[in-house]
Amino acid sequence: MSIAVARRSTLPWFGLTMGLTLTWLSVIILLPLAGLFLKTSELSLDQFWGIVTSRRTLNALKISFGLSFLAALVNLVMGTIIVWALVRYRFPGRRLFDAIVDVPFALPTAVAGVALTQLFAQKGWLGAPLAELGIKVAFTPVGIFIAMIFIGIPFVVRTVQPVLQDLDVEIEEAAASLGANRWHTVFRVILPSLIPALLTGFALAFARAVGEYGSVIFIAGNLPNVSEIAPLLIVIRLSEFRYADATAIAVVMLLASFLIIFAVNRLQRWAQTRIPAH
Amino acid sequence: MSLQSSLANPATELRAYGPTADLTVSPLSSRRERARPETGTAPDNPRTEPGPVRFIIIALAITFLSVFVVLPLVVVFASAFSKGIGAYLAALAEPEALAAIRLTLLVAAISVTLNLVFGVVAAWAITKFDFSGKTFLITLIDLPFSVSPVISGLVFVLLFGAQGFFGTWLQAHDIHILFAVPGIALATIFVTFPFVARALIPLMQEQGTQEEEAATSLGASGLQTFFRVTLPNIKWGLLYGVLLCNARAMGEFGAVSVVSGHIRGETNTMPLLVEILYNEYQFVASFAIASLLAMLALITLVVKSVLERRLDEGQEPRDH
Repeated sequence: MSIAVARRSTLPWFGLTMGLTLTWLSVIILLPLAGLFLKTSELSLDQFWGIVTSRRTLNALKISFGLSFLAALVNLVMGTIIVWALVRYRFPGRRLFDAIVDVPFALPTAVAGVALTQLFAQKGWLGAPLAELGIKVAFTPVGIFIAMIFIGIPFVVRTVQPVLQDLDVEIEEAAASLGANRWHTVFRVILPSLIPALLTGFALAFARAVGEYGSVIFIAGNLPNVSEIAPLLIVIRLSEFRYADATAIAVVMLLASFLIIFAVNRLQRWAQTRIPAH
Repeated sequence: MSLQSSLANPATELRAYGPTADLTVSPLSSRRERARPETGTAPDNPRTEPGPVRFIIIALAITFLSVFVVLPLVVVFASAFSKGIGAYLAALAEPEALAAIRLTLLVAAISVTLNLVFGVVAAWAITKFDFSGKTFLITLIDLPFSVSPVISGLVFVLLFGAQGFFGTWLQAHDIHILFAVPGIALATIFVTFPFVARALIPLMQEQGTQEEEAATSLGASGLQTFFRVTLPNIKWGLLYGVLLCNARAMGEFGAVSVVSGHIRGETNTMPLLVEILYNEYQFVASFAIASLLAMLALITLVVKSVLERRLDEGQEPRDH
């Protein structure tokens, strides 16, 4: 990390503010995260591998990553539909629904968790009719899936919405005047130019769902190997004072989320080269 | 000024939608675009879909948002008031509930204040000067957005827990960080770390340094420049960051749950009490606390949209 003044400014406090920033950043974020990796380095590779590939850990990781992936796919499709309705159409309550998209961002996760559980429990407003159809949601993996969809939807909508709004309408008009029907224009012209934003939204929703805890644990049932997510397994290992186990799982998850950030950054660079600046 | 342009570009702004951000600091540019009038809604417009298709898309969007977002909100209030307003108020007047509310307010006050100061300091360093490694520094500030809340709590257990790096030293000196207010505050500071800085950086970047340089060349001191020139320019952005930071601080569950120890009446914040009461089947009490947090979320969203409109209008006329 090389941070050096490259420009003489007449403004004061460069050294002071930069020093404070780096100190505070190190104390609050970097040192604690470094501690996590340091703790893991106390394990031998065999021990680490043994923890990560134990049946319960592997199942928890599979549940977290697998269901997050499926939920992000649902968010991708439904998010696109919602963005399309909000940007392209006028309908009563449009502004209200636009604002409502942000609720999963703002609602504390524990509140979302108990509300979704209440809603989908066997006697709940949605759980009861679903139970009659033979579908159990609460306390099954389906419940985890539902909570992950809830938590991820704003990421796709808020990433794709500005891009669709910005889209040059002349391209669409050109396609139409060249004889493309609406179906072709949407799928061959509009959607391709949304791909970077769609993939970014997908990745952000996926990453959020993988790490999610509060809104999932209430509705999950938390049965080991069946409906136990990886963040919960970290908490369980901690309460058993099995710090090494907790740390190893955390490192795997942390590395996965760093990979996702990296992918998102690459996606955005790609998006910039595809879409000329406006 | 190449760094400035790279800071203002969509790639960096989009990163504000960090993977684990509860409340996203939406990029200024997209807020502006959103204010633009929509086009292509006339029924005979060649650029829109046939009527039935439009109907299906709107119906799908409304149904999805109603089921997944509106209904959970309604359930919170319906359950909180299911035994009448008397039971609701009684639940909130419980000593345990009051203790949780007090602790939540205290932790939010500590973490918002510290992150407010940090956010302004970091944004000043990053936007008023040129240096290499700027983008990397912003990535580091964003880091907590992409860390699972549980891991945000875990790192402090590893530092301050009984088996942690400083565990024995802390025990020897009888200092309590974990399972006490300092630990809860630290975990909350960690998860809310980027909010204020992230709200200020694009805004201050856009405003540049000319006004401040003019003020200092006219003989204003550094503090005068900051309070008379910079602060009036960034006040709405600052409020925006504080608002989102506060909402997350009061609502944080995972990270706080790991470091709190769940000592009743002592280390339970409001979200933790929601969990405990729910697990004890005290649904009215649990949802009564949850309803306060839900109201906080709704108020936050309303104020957020007001502030976004202020920010869209550009700089407010100066007070003097």
